[in-house]
Amino acid sequence: METNDAQPAARPLIVLTRWFDPSVAIAFGCIVVLLLLGSLYSPSFLSPEYLLQQLKVASFLGVIATGMMLVILLGQIDLSVPWVVALGGMMSSAIAAWGPVGEALAIPFGIGCGIGIGLLNGIGVAYLRIPSMIITLAMNAVVQGLMVVHTGGFSPQDSASAAMRFLATGFIIPNVPNSVLVWAVIGGLTIFVLTRTTFGRAIYAIGNSERAAYLSGAPTQRVVMATFAISGGLSAFAGVLLAGYASKAAQAMGDPYLLPAIAAVVLGGTSILGGRGTYLGTVAGVILITLLQSILSVMQIAEAGRQIIYGVVIIAMMLLYGRERSASNR
Amino acid sequence: MEALATPLFRMEGISKRYGGVNALTDASLAVEAGHIHAILGENGAGKSTLIKIIAGVIAADSGRMMLDEREVTFASPAQASRAGIACVFQELSLIPDLTVADNIFIGDPPRRFGLIDRRAQRRMADAVLARAGAADIHPMAQVRDLPLSRRQLVEIAKALARNPRILILDEATSALTQGDVTKVFDVLKRLRKEGLALLYISHRMQEIAKLADICTVFRNGRNVATYEAGTKSDNEVVELMIGREYRHVFPPKPAPIPAERVPVLEVTGLSWSDRLRDISFSVQAGEVVGLGGLDGQGQRELLLALFGVLRGVTGELRIDGNKVAVAGPGDAKAPQIGMALIPEDRKTEGLMLPMSVRDNLSFAALQRISRAGMIDFAAERRLIAEMISLLAIRSSSNDEPVSALSGGNQQKVVIAKWLMVTPRIILLNDPTRGIDVGTKQELYGLLRRLAESGVAIVFYSTDYDELINCCNRVLVLFDGSVIRELEGDGITDRALVASALSIGANDAAKTGGAS
Amino acid sequence: MKDWRFLIREQRGTLIAMALFVVMFTIYVTNHPAGFTLNVVTTASNKGVLLAFVAMAQTLVVVTAGIDLSLGMIFVLTNCLASWLVAGSPLETAFGVVAVLAAGLACGMVNGLIVIYGRLQPIVTTIATGAIYFGIALLLRPVPGGEVNQDLADALTGKLFDRVPASLVALLAVVLLIWIPFRRSLTGRAAYATGSSEAAAYMSGVPIRRARFVAYSLAGLLAGIGGLFLTFFTYSGEASAANGNTYTLYSIAAVVLGGVSLFGGVGSAIGAIFGAFVFRTIGDLLFVFDLEPLWQPLFQGMVLLLAVCLGAFRLLQIRNRLDYFG
Repeated sequence: METNDAQPAARPLIVLTRWFDPSVAIAFGCIVVLLLLGSLYSPSFLSPEYLLQQLKVASFLGVIATGMMLVILLGQIDLSVPWVVALGGMMSSAIAAWGPVGEALAIPFGIGCGIGIGLLNGIGVAYLRIPSMIITLAMNAVVQGLMVVHTGGFSPQDSASAAMRFLATGFIIPNVPNSVLVWAVIGGLTIFVLTRTTFGRAIYAIGNSERAAYLSGAPTQRVVMATFAISGGLSAFAGVLLAGYASKAAQAMGDPYLLPAIAAVVLGGTSILGGRGTYLGTVAGVILITLLQSILSVMQIAEAGRQIIYGVVIIAMMLLYGRERSASNR
Repeated sequence: MEALATPLFRMEGISKRYGGVNALTDASLAVEAGHIHAILGENGAGKSTLIKIIAGVIAADSGRMMLDEREVTFASPAQASRAGIACVFQELSLIPDLTVADNIFIGDPPRRFGLIDRRAQRRMADAVLARAGAADIHPMAQVRDLPLSRRQLVEIAKALARNPRILILDEATSALTQGDVTKVFDVLKRLRKEGLALLYISHRMQEIAKLADICTVFRNGRNVATYEAGTKSDNEVVELMIGREYRHVFPPKPAPIPAERVPVLEVTGLSWSDRLRDISFSVQAGEVVGLGGLDGQGQRELLLALFGVLRGVTGELRIDGNKVAVAGPGDAKAPQIGMALIPEDRKTEGLMLPMSVRDNLSFAALQRISRAGMIDFAAERRLIAEMISLLAIRSSSNDEPVSALSGGNQQKVVIAKWLMVTPRIILLNDPTRGIDVGTKQELYGLLRRLAESGVAIVFYSTDYDELINCCNRVLVLFDGSVIRELEGDGITDRALVASALSIGANDAAKTGGAS
Repeated sequence: MKDWRFLIREQRGTLIAMALFVVMFTIYVTNHPAGFTLNVVTTASNKGVLLAFVAMAQTLVVVTAGIDLSLGMIFVLTNCLASWLVAGSPLETAFGVVAVLAAGLACGMVNGLIVIYGRLQPIVTTIATGAIYFGIALLLRPVPGGEVNQDLADALTGKLFDRVPASLVALLAVVLLIWIPFRRSLTGRAAYATGSSEAAAYMSGVPIRRARFVAYSLAGLLAGIGGLFLTFFTYSGEASAANGNTYTLYSIAAVVLGGVSLFGGVGSAIGAIFGAFVFRTIGDLLFVFDLEPLWQPLFQGMVLLLAVCLGAFRLLQIRNRLDYFG
C-alpha cells in the first residue's frame, strides 16, 4: 500500500495551488499590466484615490458577478441579470416613497423581489428541467414587461432612500466606500460557503456531475433552486446599490452588467461548463473588467469603438487562457 | 498454425506516456489475416491504449506500425478506417439521436448527386444488420430507443459496414445477452473464414477459450507472452496477467443464514411500468442476495426502484419490518433506512470525475461530518484516511482528481464513499464490470466482510461465477419477474443458465428487441 | 413498426409546430376584421419571415449543441450595411446584395473560427462577437437612415403573380437552396451527430470541426438574409441594440417552439420556421384582441415563458429520475 495522506508540509502548498491556479495568477498579472499601461497614459492611474474609485465602481459588478459565478459553477447561466438589477433598483425606490415604513423596508424589499425572481428561475431549472439559458432569458423578458407596466414606459420618478444612498456612497471606514465593504462582506461569505459548507461542496459536485451528485443523495434540486435565488437576490442588491449611487433607478440600468459579469467570472478562471473555479479568480476578473472599462472611457472612445474593443479584448483574453478542453481532447 | 505467414499488421516498439505514467512500454504485436487474436491483461495493462493507437484515436509517442509491410501512421479514427481498420469500442460510439441506418453509414453513406440517399442507405443497413446477426433491429429506429445490448450489435454492424480488413472488438460482448453472444461468435467465426484479422479483447476467459486462435498477454504496458490458444491453463494465463501466484479468487462461501429473524429489507409486490412485475423478496442482515438472469431483465431497474430513483413504483417496502417510502437517494441513505447504491456506471453516476479523491469520498457522507451545514475538516480527514486504508485505495494524493485513478481504484472510491455513511443495506449494480482481477478479488473479500458485520447486500452481477461464489441466495429475473430462487449449493452455473433461459428461446429473443 | 411511424417519430417536433401554427393562424384570421385575404396573409408572412430566417440560423447552430447569441446583432449589422449598399442601378444593387450576404457569412465564419479553433464556449464567445458586430453597426449607422432599392424591396415584400406573398417564396427558396442540401449532406449529418454526442461522433470519424464551422457560417449567412429583408421592409438601416437582442431572444423561442432540442442533435429548420410563425402569430393575436400596448412586452414575455415551460410536460412521462440529467 502506498502513502495516501499528503505530508503535513505539502498540504498548505496543495491548498495554495488549488486556490491560486494559473488562470487566477494570469488575471492578476493582467491587472498589473493594465495599471502600468494606464499609468503611462496618466500617472494618476496608480494613485490611491483612483484605485479606490475603481474598487467602488467594481463593487457593483462584483456583487452581480458573485451570483453569476455561483450559477456558472453549477454549469448553468443566469441571463436575467439586466432586468433583475433594474427590478431591485425600481422596487426599492418605489417602496421608499411610502413614508418611514417604506424607507425602512426599501432595501430588503428590493432584494426580496430579486430573490423571488431567482426562485422562479431556480424552480424552472431544477424542477421543470428547462435549460437555464432559456428560462432566465424568458424571465428577463417577463421582468422587463413588468417594469414597463410599472413605470408606464417612462423613466421612474421615485428616488432612492437615504439608507440606499448611504450604503452605496457613504463611508463607515474613512476613505473606503461602503459599497466596497458590502462587496467584501458578500465575497467573504461566498468564500466561506464555497469552501467550508456542504452547500458549497454540493454546488461544485452538481457542476461536475449532477447525476452522480443526485445518486449520492445530495438534495440537488434544492441546491440549484437556492443558488438561482441567491443570484437573483445579489443582482437585485446590486440594483439597490446602483439606485442609491445614482439617487434613482433607471430603465435598462442593468443592461451594461450582463456581459461584464459573465466575462469577469470566465476571465477569473471559472469553467463555463461548471464545477471548477475559485472566488479569488472572480474578484480578479471583476477588477480586470472594471479597469478595462475605465481605461476605455478615459481614452474617450465612442460607444461604437468601445463595444468593438470590449468584445475583442474579452475574446483575446479568453483565447489566452480561458480555454475549455473539448470532449475529444479529454 | 501458419507461423511463417507474413503478418497483415505489425507494430513494434510502441510506447505511450500519459502524464507521468507509462501506459505502453516498447510493446509489439503482429496480427495475421484469417485469425482471431485475443488480447488479455488486467485493467491498466495497456490494452485499451494499444487499441486506441491502432484505431487512430491517439498517437503513440514512439514506435512504428506496418500494414502490409508498409509503414503507416493514423492521425484520426477516420484515417485508420480508410486503411481498413474498424473498431468496436467498449465505450459506445453510436450517436443516440440518429437512426440505426444513419449510424451504420455515418462515415461513408451512399450518395446521389452529392446528397445522402436514405433509401439506398436503408437497404444496405438491412443487409449489414443481417450480416452482424441482428436482423431484428429496425434500421429506422433511433439508437436512443434501443437497449444497451442491441446498441452493441448495431456497433458491430457499423464496423462491418466499412468492410474492414482488421476488426477490433474491445469488450464488445460485455453488454450482450448469452443468446446474442453466441450469435456474435458465429459472425466472428464467419469473418475469420472470410480472411479478416480479428483482434479480440475480453475479460471473460471462457469466451476467449471458445473463440481465439492466438493470445497475447499484456502486463504493465508490455506484451509478456504470445501463445497458441488452448496451450495454457486458465491458472497459467491468470498468472501471466497478474504476474504473481494466482490464488483462488473468491473467499470461502458464506454459511447459510437462518430465516426466522425480521428481515432488514423486505419487498412485497413491487411493480414499475412494464419493466418490473410483482417482485417480492427479503434480505436478512448478513445475507448476500444475488440478482441473476440474462442482462436487461429488470435487475438494474429493481435496484433503482429500491433506491427511490424511479417514479410510479407500486408495492410495499419494509425496513426492519416497518413500512417506509423512499422518494429518492437522499431518503434512502438517511439513517433510519440506511441504503447505499453502487451504481452501474462509475464514471457518470458514481463519481464527479474532475473533483478530488477527497471531495468524492466524503460527498455522500457530508451530513455526518458537518454541523449546521459546516464541514468539520478534521472529522472528514479522519474518516477518509480510515476508508483509504480499509479499501487500500491507491492514489498519489487525496487532492488528485479521481479521474487520474485506475478503473479499479475508482470503483473502490465509489464503494468507500458509500461505506462512509455506514449503510445497513448495500445495493450493488454489476460492480466488477471492467475491473482487473486483483481488484475484483479485493472486492469479493470486502463483500464477505461487510456481510459478516451484518450488512444486508443485494448484488447484481452479469458474471455467473460471482453469483455462484458470493451469494447466499440468487433471484433469477426474467422480463421483470423473479422466476426462480436458488439457494446455497443449488446456485450452480447450470442452474443459473437453465433458469435464466427456461422460459424458452422465443420469448428471450423478444425482450431485447426494438419493440 | 412500419417505416412511416419511425419517420413521424423522427419529425415529431416539426409536425407539432406545424399543427400549432395552423390552429393559431386560424384563430387569428377568423378574428381579423378583414378575414382570410391575401393582404392579411402577406402582412403576416412579411413579419414572420424575418424571424423565420433568424430562427433557421439559430437552428443550424443549436443542432450542433451550440448557441449563437450574436445572430440578432448580425441581423442588425447586415441591415445597416444593406442600407448603404443595396441601392442604385440594378448592377450596384446586385453587388450590394452579394456584399451584404457575404458580410453575414463572414460574421458567422468568425464565430465559428473562434468557437471551434479557439476552443471557446459559444455562449460567451457569441455575446462578445455580438458586441463587436453591434459596434460596427453603430459605426455604419450612428443614427437611423439610409435607403434601399425600392423596386427590389417592393418586389420581395409584395405578392408574386398576385397570388402568393413573395417573402414566403423567398423563404421557400432559402429552405430549398440552403437547408435541404445541408440536411442531406455528409456535413449536415455530421452536425447532428456532433450535437447528439460529440465523443461518439469523434470515435466514428465524423468531421466535427467542419460540421460546426459550416453550421456557424451558414447561420451568419441566414441571419444576413434576414437583415437584408429587414431593410426591404423598413427601407432604412438602424443600429438598434434592443432590436438585435430581441431577435436573438425570439430566435431561441422560435427554435424551442419548433421542436429543436437545445441540447443538440434533434430538430429541423422547418420546425423552427413554424416556431417563428407561431411566435409572430401570438403577437398578431394580441393586436386583434385589442390589448393595451403597454402590456404587450409583458404578455410576450409570459408567452415565451409559458412556451419554454411547456417542454416541462415531457417530465410527466419520465419515470426514471436519472433521465432528468440527460
